[in-house]
Amino acid sequence: MKTENQKAWFFVLPVLLLVAFNALIPMMTVVNYSVQETFGDNLFFWEGLTWFEQILRSDRFHAALGRQFMFTALILIIEIPLGIAIALSMPRKGFWVPVCLVLMALPMLIPWNVVGAMWNIFALPDIGLMGYFLNHVLGINYDMTQDPVAAWVTIITMDVWHWTSLVVLLAYAGLVSIPDAYYQAAKIDGASNWSVFRFIQLPKMKNVLTIAILLRFMDSFNIYTEPFVLTGGGPGNSTTLLSIDLVKIALGQFDLGPAAAMSLIYFAITLLVSWLFYTLMTKDDLN
Amino acid sequence: MALVLNNITKVVRGVTHIKPTSLTLEKGHFNVLLGETGAGKTSLIKMMAGIDPIASGTVVMDGNDITKLNTQKRRISLVHQFFVNYPHMTVFDNIASPLRVAGMSKSEIEGRVGEAADILKLGPMLHRRPHELSGGQQQRCALARAIAKDSQAVFLDEPLANLDYKLREELRELLPELFADRGAVVVYATSEPEEALLLGGETALMVDGKVAQFGPTAEIYRAPSSLMAAQVFSDPPINHATVRKQGSAFHLGEVSWAAVGDAAGLTDGDYTVAIRPNHVLPNVSAEARVAVTGTVGVTELSGSESSAHFEFGDNGWVSLAHGTHPYSLGEDHTFYMNTDACLYFALDGNRVA
Repeated sequence: MKTENQKAWFFVLPVLLLVAFNALIPMMTVVNYSVQETFGDNLFFWEGLTWFEQILRSDRFHAALGRQFMFTALILIIEIPLGIAIALSMPRKGFWVPVCLVLMALPMLIPWNVVGAMWNIFALPDIGLMGYFLNHVLGINYDMTQDPVAAWVTIITMDVWHWTSLVVLLAYAGLVSIPDAYYQAAKIDGASNWSVFRFIQLPKMKNVLTIAILLRFMDSFNIYTEPFVLTGGGPGNSTTLLSIDLVKIALGQFDLGPAAAMSLIYFAITLLVSWLFYTLMTKDDLN
Repeated sequence: MALVLNNITKVVRGVTHIKPTSLTLEKGHFNVLLGETGAGKTSLIKMMAGIDPIASGTVVMDGNDITKLNTQKRRISLVHQFFVNYPHMTVFDNIASPLRVAGMSKSEIEGRVGEAADILKLGPMLHRRPHELSGGQQQRCALARAIAKDSQAVFLDEPLANLDYKLREELRELLPELFADRGAVVVYATSEPEEALLLGGETALMVDGKVAQFGPTAEIYRAPSSLMAAQVFSDPPINHATVRKQGSAFHLGEVSWAAVGDAAGLTDGDYTVAIRPNHVLPNVSAEARVAVTGTVGVTELSGSESSAHFEFGDNGWVSLAHGTHPYSLGEDHTFYMNTDACLYFALDGNRVA
């Protein structure tokens, strides 16, 4: 006899409550702001979808969104292949394995605002190690506070320095899980190093790389602290990424309605891209 | 066409794993490497395949020294005990992978894969992935990859060890015809004496990192050169005991028998006698007539044969006879040796008669 009752729901309840408090309730507050005009003394007026329309039609939003996609695309294009290359060249066994792993993990352990501050000082043209070296030793005119290209080069380099390790560690985990037998079989087949990479290592790394790309996409798309500390969005608006712009609208101008609408659009884009990517990457496995 | 090993050795961190080994493996029949686990069969195969480095000596294929040649450049195939197929490729792509690497035309690849799949009855499974196949089918896929390729040497490292009894029999029958006219040197490693006998060809008995004896399989079975070789090539283990030759008779405790043939010429003294379990029988007959008695400890029935382990000689003895026999455990039984089938070894292990 199978007992049927609804007891299972009680086991889900704690999670439901937790999610409600840390996600649903704050998010509903944002939804609440996004459809109303807010004045002091907690006065609210219904605005419907006005803010959404305003944001979606705003050139400023389009520009920030464009910069955001460019930033994410650039760091993915650099970090994923670089991460794979480093993982491939790391030793598989022996004394150097833990050394490499610890060295790789170090950048990720540094607090994000410290990373921003470090790179800020590092890149200062007259006193920073890198800034001084580029300007006074190599003679390259480099000043990220004046030149948008220099600012972009610096934030991209900083992100690559900070997060390539994540890709390396995930790719490395995928690589070490490949049994020697496959490498042997490939050698006996007469496969070149490229074929081994293309037909054995890459397919075996596919799952971890999907995770790596997904994590790096979400993290870089929502990035705030490091570029805020490093460039503050400047020079001009050249490095004002979506989250920096959002904070400017919400806390600088105190336009809570448009900021809330922008948050929801921002969230929807992140979710949509992540879902699309994940669905495409795992399509083969489902069949 | 032959694969020749000249005094090859393998040394890992100062420890010799393979002692100087020389073999000439000819094509056209099975070359069996028979030895217990850890005897060096897999090491030797990996050295021949160029996967593991050779400390000294040379490997010569059809007159060309290939000692230093990369595995990738040798035209070889290898089938493991574990079913090694690329998990993300279909059966077709798995079989085709070495052909693609070799740069064959599409039509030739299709022809060869189709032929290999037909022989190994993989036709309906060509579009499946390895994990959708049973163990036997996975190993057939690995074998198909080995035969589709135009190899000079095919190494089979205990390919049937992980299969169940029925599949093993089926594939074992298939194997000799599979490689019969491929023009490749076939090397087959196994730890089962019975398998070596069924496959025939030539056998290299491996003991402790070196070849103890090499020659036609049946001959080695009949005339092992040392006690070690006799032990490796016997399942259940060969019975042995120390005997004293005095005059024209051998004495083993209370038991004695006449020294005949080569054994008659031995000088008086201590020897080791060895006799296969199938020559120690529960019933007296014209051949088996020298009685030995011991307490029966364990009895086993396998197929149409029954074996009894009884306390006798150095390590306890085994009798292996057709049919079932009523043994009472813990009681004394008398068994009858066919002393004509006895092998005699000097105390250092070398065979003397």
